[in-house]
Amino acid sequence: MSTDGPADQLTPGFRGRPRPDGVALPPGQYLERGFPVLTAGPTPHVPTDRWALTVCNEDRETWTWSWADLMALPQDEPTVDLHCVTRWSKFGTRWRGVSLDVLLADVRSSAQYALVTCYGGYTTNLPVADLLGGRAWVAHTYDDRPLHPEHGGPARLLVPHLYLWKSAKWVKEIHLVRDETRGFWERYGYHDYGDPWREQRYQGD
Amino acid sequence: MASGWRVATLVDATGASTSARTLVLDVPGWAGHRAGQHVDLRLTADDGYTAVRAYSLGSSWDPAAPTRVEVTVQRVPGGEVSPYLVDDFAVGQRIEVRGPVGGWFVWEPGAGGGAPVLLLAGGSGVVPLVAMVRERRRADDRTPFRLVYSVRMPGDALFLDELTGVRRRDDGVDAHVVWTRGVPPGLADDRPPGRLTLRELARHGWPADLAPLVYVCGPTGFVEAVSRMLLVLGHDASAIRAERFGPSTT
Repeated sequence: MSTDGPADQLTPGFRGRPRPDGVALPPGQYLERGFPVLTAGPTPHVPTDRWALTVCNEDRETWTWSWADLMALPQDEPTVDLHCVTRWSKFGTRWRGVSLDVLLADVRSSAQYALVTCYGGYTTNLPVADLLGGRAWVAHTYDDRPLHPEHGGPARLLVPHLYLWKSAKWVKEIHLVRDETRGFWERYGYHDYGDPWREQRYQGD
Repeated sequence: MASGWRVATLVDATGASTSARTLVLDVPGWAGHRAGQHVDLRLTADDGYTAVRAYSLGSSWDPAAPTRVEVTVQRVPGGEVSPYLVDDFAVGQRIEVRGPVGGWFVWEPGAGGGAPVLLLAGGSGVVPLVAMVRERRRADDRTPFRLVYSVRMPGDALFLDELTGVRRRDDGVDAHVVWTRGVPPGLADDRPPGRLTLRELARHGWPADLAPLVYVCGPTGFVEAVSRMLLVLGHDASAIRAERFGPSTT
């Protein structure tokens, strides 16, 4: 049936975009210049005067920061690449926020896993080690502007070395737990770790 | 769920609108899907380059034709994949398929204890919602459905005959179309084209006190606007399931 290839060829005639040159995209990703939105439900709108972030350890001790507390902490300005499991990657995004190294510095815990919960009810899980080492932030500013609610404002988790569903929008609580507890998408079959470079999209990948 | 790539063959294709095409694929080994789920399609170029995109399944799963999978692809001008699938990919040719994917944006008979269902579609976001209507039909289910379908103009509308016209055959599924840019000639009401309003949503959707399951699918701006209206109308945020596509509005 094919007009320009052997009969067993897949999608004959498909050419695709010009191949990105000198750009390192994780497998199966394409380059996106906009900033798409993927959320499972309505966008929560949380005023900063009612916002708080709580870390809860495995002994149920808690540490809480108000918006003013968060702003008073040392701020980072990471520029990072984003990789969404829906296949788009966006390079060089500019953020401002507080490193999890700072937030977890005084938290007593030997737990290895985190379950992040959010305003609106979203949850996701990841290892505590991936929150540390200058690789994760609670981000409140994107491209020099307050983070829009669609993208997780007033503040979202930012863990750019994992697929973007781990970078939970509207972050509210970080529970440090001994046993890995699956979050929202993970319970629907998405990967517990989600490394874009190893293409860990679904459980079993 | 998603268990690796299968080689599928295009067995049928029909124009669904002036800019969309429905592809019927035969996927050997396909193990069934639920209404609202999607598939990943992988396209391969001569040099081995591949591109993958997710498309909502438009059909309910038919045990009598278990390897049949249907998607409706909207042509995105300048897009990498959709122009090929709408204009070039021919019956008899092959493509790789993975899925079904997604377990959140789904409906099946009895969901939510048989709660009524409110479907809110923007543009080609109607595809997974039509899969839910078809699943209801296939299962002879009587759950009351309402669909509000926001679409630009007659040439863009998908499944219109099936939902509202001569091929309509779903008692208990009330569909209301909102034309945002241009209305069909001879339309009975004289509503000028324009976006869905809160008043229209209140009138053509279910009241919140019936606690319907709500599925919203469309471009980001549509989903954001409709979700806000639903909350204003008293719907519980946890009953609203949303799927967005395209860039954000900001």
